[in-house]
Parts: sequence; C-alpha cells; structure tokens
Amino acid sequence: MLELTQLTKTFRLPDGGELKVLDVAHFHLQAGEQTILLGESGGGKTTLLHCIAGIMQPTSGSIKLDNIELTRLSESGRDRVRAAKIGYVFQSFNLLPGFTALENVRLGMTFGDGKHDATRAKSLLERVGLGERLGHKPAQLSVGQQQRVAVARALANRPKLLLADEPTANIDPQNQQRIIDLIRLTCQEENVALLMVTHSMQVADQFPRVERLETLNQALATTKDS
Amino acid sequence: MSLFKIAWRNMQQRGLATVLTMFSMALGVCLVVMVLSIGWLIQTSFSRNSNVGYNLIVGAKGSPLQLTLNTVYYLSRTIEVLPYDEYLEFLPKDERTAEIQKIGGQIAQPDRAGRYGETFMKGGFAIPVCLGDYFGPFRVVGTKPGFFENLRYGEGADLKYEFAQGRNFVDYSEENGFFEAVLGSHVAAEMKIKVGDEIKTTHGDPEGEGHGQGFKVVGILKSTGTPNDRATFINIEGFYWMEGHARAIEPAEMAQQERTEVVAAPAAANAARLPLEKRDLTAVLIKPANGMYAMSMERDINKSLRAQAASPIREITTMLENFVKPINDALLALTAVVCLVSAISILVSIYNSMNERRRDIAVMRALGARRDVVMAIILIESLLIAIIGGGAGWVAAHLIGMAFSPAVEYRTGIQLGLLTSVTTYELWLIPGLMGLATLAGLIPAMAAYRTDVSRNL
Repeated sequence: MLELTQLTKTFRLPDGGELKVLDVAHFHLQAGEQTILLGESGGGKTTLLHCIAGIMQPTSGSIKLDNIELTRLSESGRDRVRAAKIGYVFQSFNLLPGFTALENVRLGMTFGDGKHDATRAKSLLERVGLGERLGHKPAQLSVGQQQRVAVARALANRPKLLLADEPTANIDPQNQQRIIDLIRLTCQEENVALLMVTHSMQVADQFPRVERLETLNQALATTKDS
Repeated sequence: MSLFKIAWRNMQQRGLATVLTMFSMALGVCLVVMVLSIGWLIQTSFSRNSNVGYNLIVGAKGSPLQLTLNTVYYLSRTIEVLPYDEYLEFLPKDERTAEIQKIGGQIAQPDRAGRYGETFMKGGFAIPVCLGDYFGPFRVVGTKPGFFENLRYGEGADLKYEFAQGRNFVDYSEENGFFEAVLGSHVAAEMKIKVGDEIKTTHGDPEGEGHGQGFKVVGILKSTGTPNDRATFINIEGFYWMEGHARAIEPAEMAQQERTEVVAAPAAANAARLPLEKRDLTAVLIKPANGMYAMSMERDINKSLRAQAASPIREITTMLENFVKPINDALLALTAVVCLVSAISILVSIYNSMNERRRDIAVMRALGARRDVVMAIILIESLLIAIIGGGAGWVAAHLIGMAFSPAVEYRTGIQLGLLTSVTTYELWLIPGLMGLATLAGLIPAMAAYRTDVSRNL
C-alpha cells in the first residue's frame, strides 16, 4: 500500500552547507497494517511523514501510495492524493478555532473528490464519543476531546493511510491511552493503514510492528559512523 | 463544506474587524449612490420641467440662461423688460387688433397683424408674463388666464393644470375686477391660504415694500411637481395697476417713431386698463403653430436689438452639461476614491490577519486543499465583505433617499422610492465592487497561496 525506496531528504543550511535528514533505503506498509515509528527528537520523523503526505518533496527516491508514484506528481496532484487517500493527525490537533467540531470534521472531506457525506462526519464524532458536542467550537472542548475531533477529521475522507504525528504528546496521561485505542480501533474498523510517530515506548509496545527511524536511515547512520 | 461557508466562518472568526471593514465599504458605496441619486434628482427635476409645453421664451436682451431660469424655474432676478408691443407681434391680425382695442393707448399700426402672428402663430399661442413681485418667499407671476388653459406639464408635456380648489382667474369679473389670483399648491399650503382669502404682494423682493392692492384667491392648483407649485399667479391686468408697475417714462424716440396712433379705450366698466404705452413685460411664452417654426423664429428674434429668444430645453440641457454634470462627475470621482480607500481597508484588514491565519491555511493545505483553493477562499472572503458592505451601503443610501422623500417631493415634485432613483451607473456597482474586492483580496490571497505548509503546521 505504501512503499518507500531510496528516499532521501536534504535541507540547505543558511551557511550554504547541506543537512541530510532522511536516507531510507526501503520501507513498506501493508493495507490496514499498524506501525509505530520511533525516533529521537529532530531526527526527521515529521519530515518523513510530510514527504509521505506529499506536503514536502523528497530530494530523491520513490514514494508509492496505493500504486501512485507521489514524487512524479505535481504539487496539486499530491494535494489531490492527500485529500483522497491520506488522513493526518497532528501533535497539536490543529483544529480550526472558528469552526464547530462537526465543521472541523467536514473540513476533512471538503477538499477530496467533492462527495460530501453529511452523515459520516456526524457518525464519526459519535464514534469518538462526541455525539453531544457537534456544535461546540474547539475552545469549548477539553484537550482530549479536541484530539478526538482531530482523529475523526483525519478519517472523514475514508483514507487508505493515516499518519499520526505524536498524537498523544500534548495530552494528559489519562487520555493518552484512550486516544491510542481510538485511533487503532477506528483504523482497524475502516481497514486504514496507520503509521504513528511517537517517542513513547509505552505506546510503541502496544503495536505489532515498531520501526526506528535510525534503523530505516541506515545509510545515513553508516555515513555518520564513518 | 462549501468554500463560501469556510470564508464565512473566517469572517465570523474576525467579527469586529470584518464588521468595521464592511462598514467602511458601506459608507463608500452609500456616498457614491447618494451622489448618483442627487445627480439624478437634479437632472430629472430640471429636464422634466424643461419640457414646459412651449418652445420659446422671448425676453429682453441678456443671458438666455438667466431668462430661462427666471421664467421657467422662477430662480434668479428678472432681467430687463420688454414693451408690451413685443407680445402683440406674436398675435395674428384679428387677435392683435382685438387686444389693442380692449386695452387702448398709443401704438403704431393698430390694424396690422403681428410680425410673427400670421405666418407662424396661427394655431399656436403666446402668453405674456410679468415677474418681479413676491408673495411671502414665493414669486408672483402676472399673466393671462390662458397660462393654465394652454400650457401643459409633465415629461410628455401632456398634463393639463387642474385645480384642487376653486377655478382659474378671469380677465375681469364683476366681483373682483382685475384682482384675482391662483396659488400653486405649495404656496397655499405654506402660506395657509384658502380660496376666498385676500393676498397682498410685495414689490421687488420678499422683504420689499407691500402693495396696497389685494388679490382675491379664486383657485388653488393641484400639485404638479413643477416650479409652478411654488408660484402665485395674478391677473396681468391687476399686476399693471399696482404701484410701480406702470412704465413711468417712455423713451422719447420710441414715442416719436412707433406710437403714432392713439386707440381710444372702450367705455365699458372693465375698460380701466393700463394703456399700452405704459406696459412692460418680462417675457412672452411662445408656442408656434408648428414646432419647426421655432428655430427660424428664434433666429429672427435674436437679430432684433431689444428682444432675445431662448429655447428652454436647450438652455437647461446646456446648463446641465456645462455646470451640473462636471460638478456631479467631480463628486462621483471623489466618492469613487472613498470606495477605493474602502477596498484598501479590505486589503489591510485581511492582510493583517494573514499572520494569525497561516496555521489555519497550512492545516487546510494538509487536509488536501490546493493552493488555488486557499487563494479562492481568501478572494471569496474579500468579495463577501465588499458585496455585503456595498449592498448595505446601497440600501442605506436609498433608505436615506426615502426618508427625505417628502422634503424632496415638496421641493421638486419627485417622489423617492427605494428603487425610484436607481441610475444606470448603479448597475455597474456590483461588477465594480467585485472587481475592487478581487484586486483588494489578491495580495492576501497570494500570501495564502505562498504559505509554506510544513513550516506552519
């Protein structure tokens, strides 16, 4: 479903030098598979997610999502793929403050193929336990509730792949497990592949597959070692 | 969710700034529409009254515009006067002879036709008008009963003057002699005069010396929306008998050259009229038998040494083109600048909000919104502010017009409804506003377009 091959990302530094943050020889994810990506802070985890989501172009290599080669697409082509096939849960929720919970979820299906399933947004919010909070704006919701809205929004467009960037980092311990369970369960129910970035071993231990970015970035590690 | 809904939510998010920006746009459009309405009002008021039911005004040499303003609109001071003989030149032989015999006095060739009487005027009419007195603040018009019998008003000059009360004044009546008056509707209302009352006029200006002679009001006109609503009409024969209205000294040469014959005044009771040689008049309203004759009559009259002929429609059109239109255009340009400033305020308002909105834009982009989509959202926002603000300004301007409608109607006879004064220029307001809003929204929209997603998430 997702396959990365010889993927590199290099940033140009202000002093004219270059910083290579990704050098992934190969990575793949099956449909419905749930995987944790561990890594140090600043190690390139978010950059990798951005490349997979098509938000950022890699320097070289290939990203195949559902048999579509993302790196060959134009920016608007990648936007369309993202709108149709990818859900994204951010560390800081990123709900739009002027929109209600229901509208935030609907926003997740606005930029796709144009098919608005009005009942799906509502049922997703009911599934994450916010059926009574449809008309509430983010400021009227607790932190945990906000992240649940973000999860519902990420699933609104029936994605093939859900990217979650440390979704529990800003949540109190009591709600962390609830969010993890919610994401995993809904992905399982909708047969959505899940790639979740975390640095919590407690979270990682619950997943059948755990990858370390340092391991994926083997070529990079070798270069550093030498 | 539609892009309109997203743009609307963005506007709600910045409620106060949005409302203030809309208010600024509303103010700009309100000013533009009010200037357009006032321009329309002036143009309509003048042009519909310029179609007065006659083709020419003949008066003493001077400014034709002043003659027109003075005679049609009762504005400005009266210019020089003409001898009554000039009026007689527009009468066919039988009418001229009858008029001379009725009045009596010294005149040359009493039995001939008027210079224009036979050729041009048979089937038309000529009405003498004497101005110079006031009743309160309103002008007094000394004229003949034919004024209301022959003249028409309205845009097609096809409406007959009607009386709300009473009747037209007559040349002479047993009861009132030569001293009957008819009041315009506003004069009667403002001066609180009814049929049967006696009025006294003042000489020269509203604060001038009062005439001792009173006039019996025998009729009050229905409102016509013409300057005649604001005028007092008295019998010309009575006008001449008032103090200071008879010519005191006749130019010696005129007496020698022209007044060679004396027509004796008739002995009837109503014969006590001011003799011809002592009569002057301000203007003669001319409608020839055929409108085509007006131009050649005008040329011929203008060759004479003492009289001029003016076409009221042409004078008013020229005045509107030369004086009113440039002022109106200048005001319009000024108000357009106000609109431009309002459009810039939209730009500033949205652009200033871009910093705090970069994250929201990045989130939408991360959810799959293309660059052109986020750009469109900003442009829609700009359009909504301009159209809602502009629409409110348009409605406000016409509501203000409606609120002032009674006062405007009182002054001009024109009613202002919500859509009455909508000008063709206003049809350009919506596309104009949309163009301005698009221009104003373009810079912030480009900023949205260029927002770096990964940096702002």
